[in-house]
Amino acid sequence: MIVAEQKPIEEIQGFLSVGPQGRPPRRVLVLGCGGCVTVCLAGGSREVATLAAVLRLTGEREVLEHTLERQCDAEFYAAVRETAETCDAILSLACGVGVQLAARLFPDKPVYPALNTLFMGINEGAGEWSEACLGCGDCKLGLFGGVCPVTQCSKSLSNGPCGGSANGRCEVDPEKVACGWQKIYDRLKALHRLDVLERIEPPRDWSKMHDGRPRKLVRRDVAGES
Amino acid sequence: MTAATFKSGSRLERVLAAGHFAVTAELGPPKNADVSVVEKKAAVLRDQVDAVNITDNQTAIVRLSSIATGRLVLEHGLEPVVQMTCRDRNRLALQADVLGAYVLGIRNILCLTGDHQCFGNHPTARHVFDLDSVQLIAALKRMRDEGVFLSGEELRNTKKGPVVPPRVLIGAAENPFADPFEFRVMRLAKKVAAGADFIQTQCIYDLDRFREWMRQARARGLHERVKLLAGLTPLKSLPMARYMATSVAGIKVPESYLARMAGAADAAEEGIRICLEQIEQLRAIEGVAGIHLMAIEWEHKVPEILQRAGLLPRPCCAVPAAGETGQKP
Repeated sequence: MIVAEQKPIEEIQGFLSVGPQGRPPRRVLVLGCGGCVTVCLAGGSREVATLAAVLRLTGEREVLEHTLERQCDAEFYAAVRETAETCDAILSLACGVGVQLAARLFPDKPVYPALNTLFMGINEGAGEWSEACLGCGDCKLGLFGGVCPVTQCSKSLSNGPCGGSANGRCEVDPEKVACGWQKIYDRLKALHRLDVLERIEPPRDWSKMHDGRPRKLVRRDVAGES
Repeated sequence: MTAATFKSGSRLERVLAAGHFAVTAELGPPKNADVSVVEKKAAVLRDQVDAVNITDNQTAIVRLSSIATGRLVLEHGLEPVVQMTCRDRNRLALQADVLGAYVLGIRNILCLTGDHQCFGNHPTARHVFDLDSVQLIAALKRMRDEGVFLSGEELRNTKKGPVVPPRVLIGAAENPFADPFEFRVMRLAKKVAAGADFIQTQCIYDLDRFREWMRQARARGLHERVKLLAGLTPLKSLPMARYMATSVAGIKVPESYLARMAGAADAAEEGIRICLEQIEQLRAIEGVAGIHLMAIEWEHKVPEILQRAGLLPRPCCAVPAAGETGQKP
């Protein structure tokens, strides 16, 4: 899932302290998302209610709440369109994708992000998530025993761990970061496929990642166009 | 070996090819534009070592560029091994800098992954790592031996113009003390297969582990395909020894050394004695072709250490292919 966390409240208050012609918004829609950010407890209806309550405390503004099924899909916005039209600003608790779609769908309204979008990751247990995929567009997990070197190595190395791997930990932050290449090594050893690591992995084609351009996927089979 | 068959003709290559026990040192560029810092360090090391590594924004701290410093030391009669990390440049910049270094007279390039930027003075920087060190070695070898860039395009300025490759000796680093230990020789083998001509290791304190690493390297015949230079950093003081033991990832300092440093009346002298013992022990290991002496901010002790180790004078001290680059000031 996409993992996000709430911005510091001061930053959120800062967004709402200015507006068109210098007038702060009087009526604010706090807009949650029922997708990933609900699951990672950052932007679902509960977090919307809590943040809305905080924003009401000063009494300077009216705060409305709504949580869409998914903020990254235009078809779900019908439910909130009328309410949104009555507001001066929208505070989105979606990931950066949802914030951008909301901004596109409400072109005359300021849309502010209440979250920092962090990564695509695994839920490791209560309150813990770890990054697992960078969306490189050229998945090599089949080669590396199901552990991604691009994501799980701090340097995204392709040919094994650097000299900073010690006791299975990454020198960048040994307490918090495991060495991705140690994990790859352990997996391939268990699978009797250490021979894979003897091969020189050629330079990656980063053009499939964002380095190429903002990516777009068009599937004719779904779109129904010829 | 005739001049024509040398890959680069560098002094380091000649010393290694002649079977001499090679000695390289390290010279860290200054954190400003002060040429005199480079000149002072170069004056101490001139004629004392076969070549000197010029670090490239070491530990991710911005310094005078390794290529510019390399050219400066060359002008002061010292042969540089220019270090090049994958952290700060993509494949375009790396290849351009290889060409640039070569035309400035640099004949040895050491390909490194590079320390993570979080350790340096710009921790919010974006890192590159477009290539890793193994891929950089392979890219250099292709440029030199096949006359083509990584893209496959020839090193030719016009269709009918000549292919002019950078004739450099390709170096790489390896850390026998990092994990997973069983992978370290596999990684060495990859670097050799990619085209490394010589290897300089991370500094060695744990001789037992180094011996085991060398045994594994020999078992694969790697010592016959690449020149292995054993890295050494003399312990300057007890605090420095403790720092190396506890704060540098992938370095293991045996308790016995720490105890000796703690018990010595003159810790610096004890550190040098330990270093001399290590040199003697390393020379006895089959496949060790030389040492890489990284006397960090202690360059002025290098001549004394080498003198006491019986490694002076160096075998051939005239810089080859002097011409426009080898003039002493």
